[in-house]
This record gives sequence, structure tokens and C-alpha cells, in this order.
Amino acid sequence: MKKVWPILVVDDEEVMCDSMAAWLREDGYRVDTAPNGQKGLELAKSTDYAICFVDLKMPGGMDGIETMMEIHRIRPDASVIIITAFATVDTAIQAMKEGAQEYIVKPCHPQEISMLVSRILKLKKLQSENAILRKKISRQYRHRDIITKNPRMEEILALTRDIASLPSTVLICGESGTGKELVARDIHYSGARAEKRFVSVSCAALTETLLESELFGHEKGAFTGAEGQTKGKFELADGGTIFLDEIGDISPKLQADLLRVLQERRFYRVGGSEEVSVDVRVIAATHKDLAEEVHAGRFRDDLFYRLNVIEIRIPPLRERREDIPLLAEHFVERIASELGKDIAGISGGALKLLIDYDWPGNVRELENVIERAIVTSHNGTLVDGDFAWLHQRANSNQNWEVPDVPLADLERRAIIAALERKGGNIKDAAASLGIDRSTLYDKLKRYEIAH
Amino acid sequence: MAEWCPWAVRRLPALALPEGAFDAKRGQYESVEFMKTVARYRPSDAARILGVTEVDLAIPMLTFVFGQAQLEGPVAVISLCRLRQEFYGQPGDETLLRERVVKEVLHELGHTFGLTHCADPKCAMSLATHIGLVDSKEERYCPDCGSQLVRRFSSPDGDA
Repeated sequence: MKKVWPILVVDDEEVMCDSMAAWLREDGYRVDTAPNGQKGLELAKSTDYAICFVDLKMPGGMDGIETMMEIHRIRPDASVIIITAFATVDTAIQAMKEGAQEYIVKPCHPQEISMLVSRILKLKKLQSENAILRKKISRQYRHRDIITKNPRMEEILALTRDIASLPSTVLICGESGTGKELVARDIHYSGARAEKRFVSVSCAALTETLLESELFGHEKGAFTGAEGQTKGKFELADGGTIFLDEIGDISPKLQADLLRVLQERRFYRVGGSEEVSVDVRVIAATHKDLAEEVHAGRFRDDLFYRLNVIEIRIPPLRERREDIPLLAEHFVERIASELGKDIAGISGGALKLLIDYDWPGNVRELENVIERAIVTSHNGTLVDGDFAWLHQRANSNQNWEVPDVPLADLERRAIIAALERKGGNIKDAAASLGIDRSTLYDKLKRYEIAH
Repeated sequence: MAEWCPWAVRRLPALALPEGAFDAKRGQYESVEFMKTVARYRPSDAARILGVTEVDLAIPMLTFVFGQAQLEGPVAVISLCRLRQEFYGQPGDETLLRERVVKEVLHELGHTFGLTHCADPKCAMSLATHIGLVDSKEERYCPDCGSQLVRRFSSPDGDA
């Protein structure tokens, strides 16, 4: 349906108002008229006019320019068109300087008015579409899924705003599933690089050689299977942001390569002799205590200080339990609509169960638990029964008979058992252990478990 | 008009030019004054009245109008002055004039039945700001405008 744009005509000559209004109404616009500036302003207070035609010379009271300025004060987006006679063209030009969008000399050719009005409205349509799209994009990325009323998280969000437009490297620390990538995206999409790419790389998921080629690209023939030149993630992120997840897991060689890129913003593709230079903001993340890793000699201290220019520590979900109901409701709404299930919310009893649980897998685990409950639920509301298995999981953890062995040994055995149960499937084993895949890979490496 | 107009048409005697309608400075007549005069002569059984004049019509804001109508009102006027080829320094053409008049009558009467300007340049309800645009119209309403008119006539409070 065609949007009806309201138009205001302010002119002391009644016949001018009437004829102008009749002409514009024939074009399908809603038109109001006012015999003086004062009356025009009163109308503008209650109606958001797209265009105001204002006569320049109105004896007694406010003249056209004063009226225009006042209209702009109330309705900054309204386009004012000054109506003038031949004798006052100079003043009309002055009016343009004061903010009039156009001026017309009366009497004017019918085509002039029609073109003027349609040109202004076309622009307004584009502007409003643009505003809607911008809003949509910012809804999509800014604070995407970062839902919180926890003071520490709010501080973090405020900090991401402050640092969004700085070039500095950021290190985000937090347990798996706390939303490190969401915070990284928030920084990227709040800053000056928002229109360029945000490229995410999971460093734990790839072997050293694959990761090297993934990050820096490779030349044709650099290794078996390298059939053509391929750009790496650093090149793809040029002008934007690269997010290096699980940075604590990279090999000593890659630590050295990365340090060089951070220092010089230049690198070679694998098998290449030509230097590539990029303008990339680096945001790194880890679930490890990097300072501890440095202390233990597993992570280069120079790289650590390069990365750790701004550090953000995201608290685990069990330290922000007040967010659990908010997040749970949000996930129910989103997942139910994605899965096409009609679920209105969560019962009080079920919420209590969720709040009491410790969430070793943090927000990601909560999301998975809600999804599982929605899939299996037969009610319009998620109730205690939908989360009974969660309760068992928590209880079984508490009632374990723990053998007297080192902690690392326990972990190693738990991982091997999970892998056996899941037939060697890493994704399923990680889910049953309540950790993500990259963490599992890391542990497999550490405990030297073949898979 | 009776040949193509879907309504019963009656011709009334000619009227004198309305007094005070002439603007000597512009050498044109004020169309609103014509509408007022014509309105006074509308018989009680006539749903619509259309004034036709040879003189050049204008409104204070515009340099000229081909015609004018009350949106959803009973009165409309058209001027033949700028529909004639002679106005543009060409030899007279009665066939062309007739076509243009039909389009203008459909257009102004359309306004009196509540139609506003149509985006289809071939529709009689499209806005014509110069004679070229009148000529590129067809002597008919587009399906949208046509069906709007039909709805008006078939609704119980339709006044046609």
C-alpha cells in the first residue's frame, strides 16, 4: 500500500492555500493548510509533515524564514519549500542558505511542483529505508545474543563500545561457551571496521601446517594438493577484523609467525616469496590462563604482551546466575520459532532447576539444553520434567565415587570413555563431556590420546 | 459525451464568463471562480456537473491547468484552450482535440468520484503536466482505477 505522506501549506492568501492543497490532494497526498506561521507550527507539533510549503512573505507575525526555522526545530526531518514571487527571489536564495530544501516562484509550471514533490519524497523513502536497514543490521550484530543484567558483563559491553574504534589488539579470556566470539563480533560491528569483514579462525581445530596455510594462504604448489594460489584469513580480513579463537593452542612456530604479523603487519603466503601487507585488527581469545602458559614456557611472552593490549575476562555463567532466566527465555523464543514449535516459556520450577545448575559448558550448554528440551517437549511451556535429565546429570556428578588418582588421570579416562561410548565421534564425545570440540582436541593432544 | 460516457448525460445552456475571474496581469481566468459559478447551476437531479470553456484557466499557484475538479465533490471544469493544436502554433485537428477532451473529462470526473492520480501513464487518471502527457494517455481508466470506480457505484452509499 502506498504510504500517504502528509504535506503542510502555509500561506496568508487563502486562495493560494486552497488551490495548492487541491492540486496536491489530486495527487493522493494528505494536505493541511495554515493561514500563518503560528498556526502552521501548531499543526507541525501534532503531525510529522514530510514537506512544508511556506510562503516567504506573510504580513504581520512570523515571516516564511522564521516559520521555516521553527518548523525545523520541531521537525528536523521535514523538507521546507519556500514559495516566493519574482520580486523576492534573492531572499528565497537566502532562505536556501538557512536550510530550505527548495524554493518555487509562483505561479509555477505544474510539472515543476510535481517533480519537486516526487523528488523529495523519493529521497525520503530512501532515507527511511536506509534507517530501517541500518537498524536491522545493528540489531543483528550489535549485542547479538549478548543478553545480560550482570554488572560485570555490562562493564564489558561498555568497554567494547569504548575500544571498538581503536586499532589495538584485544585478548578475550573466558571458559568455553561464555560467548567470547560474540564479544569479538560486538567489538567489530560497533567500530569503524563494521562494514569490512569479520573473519573467525578456530586455532585448536587445525594441525600446525593446515592452520598456517589457513591463516596466511598459500601459493600454487606450496604443498601436495595446493592447486592454485589461495588467500589466507589475514588477507580476507584486510580492512576488517580477524578473530583468532583458542590462541593458547597454537604451536611455537605459529606463535613466532603471528608475532611477526602483529609487529609488521606483513607476512608471506606458504610457499610464497612475495610479502603481503594487511591492515587487520586482531582479536584473540582463549579459555586458558595465558599468563600461566607463559610461566610454564608453553606460550611466548613477547606474543602474550602483543596480544594482551586490552584484556577482557568474561565471567562463567555460574558467576552471573541472574542472567540464566533472561538467556533461557531468549533461547526459548528463538529456538521455538526456528523449530516451528509453539512454546510460550518456561515454568518457575524449571527455571529454578536451570538457575541451580552449574553450567560447566556455560551459555552454549544452556542453549543446547533448551534446544533439547524444546525438541522433546509436548507442552506449551517447558516444565521441570523437560529438564529432569539435567538434574540427574548434576546429581550424578555429586554422587560419584572418586578413585584416589591424579586429576589429570581422571580427565584422561573420562575422555577415553566418552570417545568409546560415541564410537570415536569427536562432536558427540565433546557434547557428552560438556565441552566444545576445540577443547576436546586440545585435551586429546595433551593426554596423547589417539583418535 | 453521451456516446461513450457510462452515465446519462444532459447538456445545459451556455453560461456567461464569471465576473471577476479574469486576471489581467496573467491574461488568464481563475479556474476556482469557474467552479463556483458552475456549481450554482447544478440541477438537483444531477450527480455531477462539468463545465467546459474555451478560455485559458489557471490557479494562483500554477501557470495553467487543463482542468480542475473537486475531489469527491460534484463539480469539475475543463478548458479547451490548451487542448487545441492551435495553442501550440499547429493547424487545428478536430480528431485529436476530441481524443484529448475525452481523456480530460474522464480524468476530472474520476477525481469527482474520489480517484487520485495514477502511476500508469496510459491511464486517464495519470497526471498530465503538459500536452505531451495528455497525448500519451489512452481514452480509458486502467483496470485498478476502473475497478475502484465500479466499487464506488456498487456501494450502497455511492452517490452516482
